[in-house]
Parts: sequence; structure tokens; C-alpha cells
Amino acid sequence: MGFDGAAVLAVFVLAAFAGFAGALLGMGGGAILTPLLAAGMGYPIRSVIGASVVSVIATSSGAAAAYVRDRLTHLRIAMFLELATASGALAGAYLSQHLPVRWLYWLFAGLLGYSAVSMFQRRYLETGSALPESPLARRLQLEGTYFDPALGRAVAFRAGRVGWGFAVMLAAGSLGGALGISAGVFKVLGLDLVMGLPIKVSTATSNFMVGVTGAAAAGVYLARGEVDPALAGPVALGVLAGAFAGSRVLPRLRGRAIRYLFVPLLGYLALEMLRKGAGL
Amino acid sequence: MSTKTQAARDAARPQETEAARPRPQAGPQAGARSEAAGQEGSAMELVVSRILQGGVLASAVTIALGLALWALTGQNGYGPGRPPAGWGAILQDAVRLRPMAVVQAGLGLLVLTPIFRVAASVVWFVQQRDWVYVAITAAVLLLLLGSLLAGSLGFASAAASPLY
Repeated sequence: MGFDGAAVLAVFVLAAFAGFAGALLGMGGGAILTPLLAAGMGYPIRSVIGASVVSVIATSSGAAAAYVRDRLTHLRIAMFLELATASGALAGAYLSQHLPVRWLYWLFAGLLGYSAVSMFQRRYLETGSALPESPLARRLQLEGTYFDPALGRAVAFRAGRVGWGFAVMLAAGSLGGALGISAGVFKVLGLDLVMGLPIKVSTATSNFMVGVTGAAAAGVYLARGEVDPALAGPVALGVLAGAFAGSRVLPRLRGRAIRYLFVPLLGYLALEMLRKGAGL
Repeated sequence: MSTKTQAARDAARPQETEAARPRPQAGPQAGARSEAAGQEGSAMELVVSRILQGGVLASAVTIALGLALWALTGQNGYGPGRPPAGWGAILQDAVRLRPMAVVQAGLGLLVLTPIFRVAASVVWFVQQRDWVYVAITAAVLLLLLGSLLAGSLGFASAAASPLY
């Protein structure tokens, strides 16, 4: 197999875009990258899934250093919920061998559409929502403070509805493992909508979590020989560069700006997945 | 509708309303560090941040090396055959500088970085004597290692994917 410099460069640029957006929005970037590589550049879907599993870790690792330093990633919240997502991802990676892909696309499209609507409804929410205090959150120390440069002050937060959040993470993990994506969108939804955390903490914590979950899935894909290095290599490099840049931008953005970026992306992805599910 | 709910929420929590003027962009990160100082975990976060940066850098360099070898030789090292599957095969071929195996090894480093990161947090929670989180992070680590082991042992030889 020869070296196609133009294709490698194109993949690198697309991957950098996906990494940048993924770092900002707490997604692995796979949801953006998958349609670009599969529908856009015509790579076979299974090859794209392998590369996207790898891209998830690249997005997370490229951005995580800055997010951990800026205290946007909450380690305890991430680790606690990681219990749910890592076990879910493991189950999903095996389930994907037996489930019809079309059905998964439809499920994915529905969830994305729902995400878009709920994100739009919460567009004026800069900090977390006021939820009833959860005893479990207190027991597990699921609370913290970060300094928000865009607001010019420190923001305190505490997780609510911890049990529901855990259940959403379990589902997000399984779906992610099955589709070869990070399902970061649903993790952000779980952290933001269900557990009421500030949007920046939600995206940064989700960004960290998708890397850990992704490692569980990617280890399996890589060892099984389902990661095509000719595609996954340039993808990983591009995503790392894009995510590194994105993690420098996020702290300075308004929460509203992040949500406004989210809504059209979610809508587009929902339509894209519907189209694929319908076989068009 | 949501505007109204949000107004009610802000009224209920006046200390959470937005500041009128954003802080000048001159030193937001320095501000973040000084405000964060004194809270638990800052040393841990620095260590973790370094682990992530080191792992990512090593991985990126290895992947770039593999792609450069591929570009220079014009061959992926496998002809029409399959790139290596399984950690042992990947490492063996990477040492022989077969381009795709070098890329695979770099991707492997990328996969290992978050796992190292979880392992580091287990150690940190042990030092903190926070046994609930020792249990949580250790369980996450076991899940990760279990998935690596299951994938490497159970499926590497049986791989029949239509990828290549």
C-alpha cells in the first residue's frame, strides 16, 4: 500500500477540526469525524470506527492537561462516573458485533435531536442549575470551585441527581462502545442537564472521561487489529493538535457561546445519522 | 420559558449572577491558579497534567515517525497483508521499524496514557487515605486492564475483520 500524501493531509486537517470542536464541547470528536471520513472522504465505515475510537483518546489527552490545570475537570466526579461509562463501553464494544448498525444510527439520531432541544432551552445558564442537595454528592465530595475568566469570578458547583447521572453514564458508555464513538454528547448532557453542573465543568469533565472510556474500547480494537494505522495515525496527530488549541480557548468562552456552538452541531449530526440510518 | 426559570434561579442565588465586567484578558490563568491555591489536589493535578503531556508527546512523536517512514519508503511494511494485531506482534514489528507497526505502537502509547493517569490517581487517593475513592479508581483501573487483556488474548487471533 503506497503513501498518499494528499489524503493524509486532508485527514489531518479534518481531524484537527474535529479535535478542536471535541475539546470545546466535551465530545471525543468522533461524532464529527465519522461523517467527515465516511461520507466525506469515502473511507469504509469499520475503518472509520477504529480511527474514531483512537481519536477520542487523542481529543481527551490533547485537551486534558490544560483542563486539569485550570480545574475545569473534576477528578472525583469523573472517576465516580467512569465506573459506569467504562463498564458500559466494554459491554457495548462486544454488543456491536451482534447489533444491526442501522438501528443504532436511528437511536443515535433521536438522542442527538433531544440533546439539541435541551441545550437550546438552557442557553442562558452560565453556572450550574440549582438542584435539591444529593446526600450521595456530599458523601462522595462531588463538588468544587473553578475560576471562570469569561465571568471574571470563581464559580462554585455541586452535583445533583447523582443516581440518575450514573444511569445516564452507563447508557452513554454502552452506546459509545457499540458505535465506536465516545458518546461525549450524552456525557455532557448527563453532567449538565441531569446533574446540573456548569457547562464548562461538564464539557471538560466529559472530555476527560471520554479518554478513559475510550482507552477501554480502543485497547480492544487495537489488539484485535481493527484499527487501520494508515487512517488512525494521521487522525490521532490532527486531533491532538486541534484539541490542544481548543483547550486554550474554552476557559475564555461564555457558557452561552458553548451552547450556541452545540445546538447546530447536534442538529446537523442528528440529520446525518438519520440519513445514514435510512441508507441514503 | 427557560428564560423565566433561569431568572427565578438567579434570584434565588444572587451570589451566582454574572459579573458586570469580564476580567481583563491579561492574566486569567494566573488568577485561576492563585484562587485555586490551597485547595486539595493541586499537586496531584500538576503531576497528572505532566503525565498526560509526556504520554501524548511520546505517542505523537512515534506516530509521526511511523508516518514519515511510510512516506519515505513508500511502503507500509506489510504489502497487501494485514498490519499486526495483538500487542506482542505490534511491538516486535515496531522495533524492526515496519512503518505501520510503528504507527500502531504510537497509538498504543496513546491508549496507555489515560490508563497511567487512572493508576496515578489510585496512588494519590491511597496517599490521601480516601478509601472510597481508592476503591472507585481501582475498580476503573481493573475495568480498563481487564478490557485490554480480554481484547488482546481473546480476539487477536480470531480477528476476521474486513478492514484490510
